[in-house]
Amino acid sequence: MRPAAWLTWGALAFFLLNLVGVVGAVLVNSFSTQWFGTWWPNGLTTAWYAEAWREYNLFDVLLVTLQVSVAVVVISVLIGVPTAYALARRDFPGKKLLNLLFLLPILMPPMTYGIPLATVLYKFHLAGSMTGVIVANLVPSVPFVVLTMTPFIEQIDTKIESAARMCGARTSAVLTRILAPLLIPGILAASILVLVRTVGMFELTFLTAGPDSETLVVSLFYSVSAAGIRAQQTVDAMAVIYTASMLVLLVIALRFVNPTQLVTRLKEHD
Amino acid sequence: MTATATTTSATPALRHRLAERGVDRLLLLLVPGTVFIALLFLYPFLYGLQLSFQPNTGGPLANYERFFTDAYLRDTIWITLRLGLPAALFNVLASIPIAYRMRGKFRGKRLITTILVVPITLGTVLTAEGLIEYLSPVGWFNKILLGLGLVDEPVRLVHNYWGVLFSLIITGFPFAFLLTLSYLSGIDPSLERAAATLGASPRQRFRHIVMPLLAPGLAVTFCLSFVLAFSVFPSAIMVGEPQGSTHVISIAAYNTAFRDFDYPMGSAVAMIMAVVMLLVIGLVLLWRTTLYRGATGGKG
Repeated sequence: MRPAAWLTWGALAFFLLNLVGVVGAVLVNSFSTQWFGTWWPNGLTTAWYAEAWREYNLFDVLLVTLQVSVAVVVISVLIGVPTAYALARRDFPGKKLLNLLFLLPILMPPMTYGIPLATVLYKFHLAGSMTGVIVANLVPSVPFVVLTMTPFIEQIDTKIESAARMCGARTSAVLTRILAPLLIPGILAASILVLVRTVGMFELTFLTAGPDSETLVVSLFYSVSAAGIRAQQTVDAMAVIYTASMLVLLVIALRFVNPTQLVTRLKEHD
Repeated sequence: MTATATTTSATPALRHRLAERGVDRLLLLLVPGTVFIALLFLYPFLYGLQLSFQPNTGGPLANYERFFTDAYLRDTIWITLRLGLPAALFNVLASIPIAYRMRGKFRGKRLITTILVVPITLGTVLTAEGLIEYLSPVGWFNKILLGLGLVDEPVRLVHNYWGVLFSLIITGFPFAFLLTLSYLSGIDPSLERAAATLGASPRQRFRHIVMPLLAPGLAVTFCLSFVLAFSVFPSAIMVGEPQGSTHVISIAAYNTAFRDFDYPMGSAVAMIMAVVMLLVIGLVLLWRTTLYRGATGGKG
């Protein structure tokens, strides 16, 4: 197995080396005054970041991104958690069908349902506005919350709720004092994952956004397609800003979610 | 027995019978979610489906006829599969050995996992820009190859098939790796230890213990990776050749619907895309049912 191990780590190192090259090229270029065909640019500057900030109205774009993501997270949790609770606690006829229905929006490529959805939203004059972007992004987010919360709720012992009832707790008390504290970690994990997905969601936002409701990814894509008149460095600066904000979100996410326990929960032996 | 007496005694009985099958007031919690999904997923999808049978010109099937007779449109299926299948396959196969070595606890595990997950944050645009700059004829990659004397002239790896494939691997690998690692961590290590006690070599343990338990999980991982790769859209435009070798099906769908404003045709392409994707996934999941799916020692 020794050579196989070396081969694995070698291949991994090669992949990471190229990854560093890809990311490094953008990072260096975003700070370079001029860079044509040499190993290293002629000089370094931070001017492109200021220019990108002004040129692409990044403050407005970031504000829109924040508003859309927060709205999507809050609404999808409000709709998704009750659904997940019912799915986790009851076995009823048609449950399999309902489960499938909640699985499809996650399984299907966003383009396949995004085009009909955008057509419908345009028909009702919802697309082209922030409402349209939020509604479109909710379509995969609500099922995502349902899917991540259902197993989480299943592992909460029903006896705890029964015990609370036995002790005379009303439904409201069971909800706020028993279930809520137990659910918070799961809701936080689901929320942060939905947030990462929404900030990174390109297709659905691209199909439904108007000029005032572009999120960072979409605005970034448009800046690439219209890059001819502007310096390449401003596009790269904006891409670095996007990646930096995603990185912050992901680091926060990894504090709440153990990525290796997404599918199964097994205690690690020492 | 009067009629009123029977109805009053039947009502609780019905409620009781329903409750026994799991139908009670708690199911009201399902209403918002179900209404939402019906209104915003099912309805648009069915609307798109019926719209695709109402072409701007011709009979009900005219859109589909046009798709399959126009070589430029028809070939998008093949082009997308040629990108999506190798990318998904590579991502899954490459994550097996890496994830296999990441089981258990060791120093630096969290660091390596984090480094491997970071590409998720890159997004398609930075990946595309990076590939264009890194792999360009005057970029670092070609400079190194030329410097080492491996090639005589710069290799062309962007604005064609390869650029898109690389971008799909960079963005898709972290997902495949995380899922594979997750499935692998769910296999009870004592099973492997038991095999070792019985004299199985590392190779045998991998071949006869780990692989059969991992295979169903790999099938799911492949499906999810394939969906990601199959829906490739922005990177096919930025690092590919969107009019030619990487004219993928999402570009065709988008262009017909929102550039030519032919919504019926755009919906038809979207439906074809969904069918092709479901066919591939259906085949993989069908193969999955032939696999062992018992306990892996993990919970759930």
